[in-house]
Order: sequence, then structure tokens, then C-alpha cells
Amino acid sequence: MFNRDRWFEIFETIKNNKLRTFLAGFTVALGILIFIVLFGFGNGLENTLKEYFKDDKFNTIFISGGRTSKPFGGYESNRRIELTNDDMKEISEKFDFFIEGITPRVTISSEVGYKLKSNNYTIRGVGPHHQYNEMTIMMFGRYLNEMDIMNKEKNIVIGRLVKQDLFGDEKAIGKYLTGGGRSWKVVGVFQDDTGDNEERTIYAPYTTMQKILKNTDEVDQIILSYNESIGYDGALELEKKLKTFLKNKKKIDPSDPRGIRLRSASKDLKENQDFSDALAYIILLVGIGTLLAGVIGISNIMVFVVKERTKEFGIRKAIGASPKSIIAMVLQEAIFITTISGYFGLFVGVGILSSLGDTLEKDYYITDPYVDLNTAVTATIMLIIFGAIAGYIPARRASKIKPIEALNDK
Amino acid sequence: MQNFIKTYMINIKGLHKSYQMGSNSLHVLKGIDFEVKEGELVAIMGSSGSGKSTLLNIIGMLDNYDKGSYELDNVIIKDMDETKAANYRNKFLGFIFQSFNLINYKTALENVILPLYYQGVDRKKRETKALKYLDDVGLKNWATHMPNELSGGQKQRVAVARAMVAEPKVLLADELTGALDSKTSKEVMDLIQKINKKGKTILVVTHEEDIAQMCKRIVRLKDGLIVEDKKINQKKAL
Repeated sequence: MFNRDRWFEIFETIKNNKLRTFLAGFTVALGILIFIVLFGFGNGLENTLKEYFKDDKFNTIFISGGRTSKPFGGYESNRRIELTNDDMKEISEKFDFFIEGITPRVTISSEVGYKLKSNNYTIRGVGPHHQYNEMTIMMFGRYLNEMDIMNKEKNIVIGRLVKQDLFGDEKAIGKYLTGGGRSWKVVGVFQDDTGDNEERTIYAPYTTMQKILKNTDEVDQIILSYNESIGYDGALELEKKLKTFLKNKKKIDPSDPRGIRLRSASKDLKENQDFSDALAYIILLVGIGTLLAGVIGISNIMVFVVKERTKEFGIRKAIGASPKSIIAMVLQEAIFITTISGYFGLFVGVGILSSLGDTLEKDYYITDPYVDLNTAVTATIMLIIFGAIAGYIPARRASKIKPIEALNDK
Repeated sequence: MQNFIKTYMINIKGLHKSYQMGSNSLHVLKGIDFEVKEGELVAIMGSSGSGKSTLLNIIGMLDNYDKGSYELDNVIIKDMDETKAANYRNKFLGFIFQSFNLINYKTALENVILPLYYQGVDRKKRETKALKYLDDVGLKNWATHMPNELSGGQKQRVAVARAMVAEPKVLLADELTGALDSKTSKEVMDLIQKINKKGKTILVVTHEEDIAQMCKRIVRLKDGLIVEDKKINQKKAL
């Protein structure tokens, strides 16, 4: 391998057989280039998919009351089921082991103003854990805390666009907004990746909302997040148990499909994951297919090259070349060409991907296409190895052929 | 006795060779006994199918034989693996073919260098040596030319230089003038005679009577057997 003379001999051969060298190199470079670009696009698609499911935490279950559709336990059907603070408390105690956090949600819509400006906003009464469920990101100040809930403080956290609408460039923290005839102290400003709707929301302690606005302990929704380690099956089981528990507590027919509504992202999560997996498989398949095409291409060329050189090998053998030296010469030349052109294709491919960047995001749903260097280098090495094998087989045959037969081969 | 054996460069006894042609077996050599002493210039003659090329190929270790014995410079040549055969060919034998068999993408000089490359000779040395042998055949000024820029006679002279450069014990020529006109043939044969005069053992396979007459001994083959083996008065090529 490190024989300087052999390298010299190989360079000589390459220099004097430019077309052949170019064809072999071009096939390999193209194979790697296409592999990298396709693989990159596949990864870009996956990125886009991930972006779509970024909104809520996956391990979240939404529970809300509905109307019963069957009479049960002395109650008529079409009874309205209301969830309360008490239900939430019991759930969090009973299912403590599975639950990571729990929060109620009371939603109203109200006019809120600051100085001369005012606007209609969604106001949600929630607990501190809501920040986790909604993946709310604080920009300034803080989120609601347990003290706010306990003391029924009139503290609020406003979305980025609420702040922009009402305060403009002015600082919002510590200022007071008016809403429902009362003043509310802004303690935090948040942003949310989901978009505008979410950022036009105001969060207040649910206890305060219940006391001031409705004077009940009813909640619209109970939102809980479960421990992710229970997995998809565990989540389905938990949902079933929650439903049974609440139906029992609220005296609803166990077979009544209405009454208690449960919505969770675990199914979405499963589907998303399946889709993601399928996509990954497709990408892998495309990658392997491209590589295979490259391998077949280089194999064809190697067979052709060896065939073309059969007579030359015969001459070399007649004047003293051992079969081993013939094989080594073919292999070393093949590996040299595939390595150089393989890495050339790799760098061009990576260059194309990085120059594309996000230009394909809008129309083709390809975000930030990339190939990690490991995959790319592995693919290149694979192609080199297969190219070498593809060269070895005909080279071995050629080296075994009797020089006299090779020489008679006109 | 020992002294006597040593003088044989090639010693062949009871040599048989068959080729398998599908289900038929073609018996090409049917018991050849043949000795060549050092410094001889032997023409092997015969019509096509007489087995003369097969004999030359076996002597050149390009082909195997079935039965009998073959010694080259007192080394038994039998069932050699390819690597060893290549090594022996490189050390003991030089080949000249009818179709020249130069590597077409290498210059005349590079073609002559090649046997030295396989001998593992140092780069500088082999270039000097190859150039000297190219000079011996009168082609020093054509060293950097490609084979397709050379005439048939020049190509064959390059082939002679390539065969000689490894300093073989025996030079084997298979119809070396077959592709050349008579004038060029004579020039090449003149070269062969000069090389022989310096003591080199040379075997020439030919079917041309006038070429055979330029050798010192003629061996005639017919149907796989030697039918005549006689010393002659060598004719000068030029």
C-alpha cells in the first residue's frame, strides 16, 4: 500500500487512461452526491414534521364535562356534567403516581384595557403547571405561582401580542390592566411558538377567576400531564382509568360515551411517531437504493475496466507480474479513484445542502436539510468498500487467467 | 557426469500435453525429448497444429504439461503456483511475441522498464538500464514514443529490449517476424543473431524456412513428435 513505486505506476495508469478514470470517478461522485442530497431532503422533511407537532406537550390529557346521553342512578339523560376543583384534587391524589402536574382551566373572553387602549382577549384561569402543558416561554417577569392561586391574587401574565397591542414599547411588568371592572397587575410577559392566537391570551390564577367572575368552584377543563415513562400503552390505560373514576364519581352510566370528554395527544404522538418512523424508513430505503445504484455503477465499470485490461495483465504476467501484484494494482487504483471522487461528491453534496438552507421550506416542506457527517462518511466508505469488492472479483479472475490465454485474447 | 548435466539449459524428457475440447481430448504433444545447451540458437518448426507453440508455452511456463519432465537451468519446472511461475519467468525467461504485446499506454522506455519494476530494481537504476538496452536495439532516440508511433520493426525491437533487460537465461520468440515484412524480418533476425553471439540461449518458433535457416539448429515437429533435429550452417541475416 505504501510502496512508492506502485503509486507511481498507478498514477501513470490513471494519467494515461483519463476517460476510464473519469467515468469511474464520476459514477462514484454522482452516487454520493445524490445520496447526500436525497438524505438531506429526507431529514428536512422530518424537521418540518417535528415543527408541526411542537405546540403542546405530548404527554397531556385534557378532561372536560359534557352532557350525558343515558339516564343513570336516578338522573335523567342529557344532564350537564360540571368538573370542579374537588374533582381535580381527587384525581391528583388518586393518580399521584402517574401524574407529573395538573391544572384546571377556566376560559372567558373579556375586554381588557390599559390607559386609552383596549381590546377583546381570551382570559384563562389556570394553575402554575399550565406553563408546562402549553410550553409557554417567559420573556419578562414570571409565570403564575402557588401564592397567586392560594391568595387569589389579581396577578396576570400576558402574551407578547397583548403587550404589544396595549403597551407598545412601554414596559408592561408591574403595570395595571383593567378588565371586568377590576385592575390586574401584570407580572409576566410570555411568548409561544404556536403563533399569534396563543400570544393574544391572558393567564390569571384560576382561584381568582372563580371567585370574581363566577363565584363557583367549577372548571371548564382539567389538564394533566403524565409521567412520560409510562409510555403509549400506559397512557391509554391511564385515560381509561380516569374516565371510569370520573364516571363513577359523577354517577354516569359506565357505558355512556358522552358525559366525560377526554382528549389527549398520546394518540397523536403515536401517529406522529409512526409517521416519523415510516419517513425515516423511506429515507433509509432511498439512501440504500442510491448507494446500491452507485455500487452497481462502479461494479459495471470495474468489470469493463478489467476486461479491457485482460491483455495488459497477460503481458505483465509474462514478464514477471505475480497474480497478487495484478490484484493489488487493480484494487489500489479502484480504491484511490473511488476515495478521491467519493469525497469530492460528499463535499459538493454537503455544499448544495447548506447553500439551499431554508429556501425549500415554504413550497416543499423541507426545513434545514442536512446530513450528519457520520452518515455521509459512512456512506462514502461503504461505496469505497463495495467498489473495491466489485473490482476485486473480476481482478482476481483476470489474475488467474493464464498469460497465454490473455495474450491470445485479441 | 555432473558437469555434463550442467551444460543443459533446457532438458525435456517424455513430455505430454493434452487439451480438453469439450468432451474430446486433443493430444498435442506426444512424448517430446529435447535438450538445449547454453548459447544455442534453435528454430522450432512445424506446420500449424504440430504443437510447436504449445511446446514453447510450456518452456515459457505460460502453460502446464501433463506427463514427463522439464528442467530449466537444472530447476524442475512442475506444477508451480502462479506467483512462483511469475517469479521464474521474470528471472529466467524473456518473451518476444508475434503481436509485440507492448502496453499501448506506456512509452517505449516504460515498456522496457516494466520487467525491472517487477524485479524490484531501484527506480534510477532501472531507467538507466532500460535506456541502455533500448540503445542496444538502436531505439534510444525513440524512448519517449508511444507504441502507436513506432513501426512494426521498431515495436519488435522494443519487445526484444524488454525481453533482454531482465537478463534472462533463455529468450523465447514466438513467430517474432510473423507480422513483419521480409526486410524488417531480416533486421530483427540480425539483432537476434547478435544477441546470440554474446552467449544468450534463444529459441525461435517459426514456420518460415528462411528464418529457420538463420538459426544454428532446426527442430521439426509433426503431430506432436519431433521428426527431425539437426545442426545447420547458420545463414547471416544481413
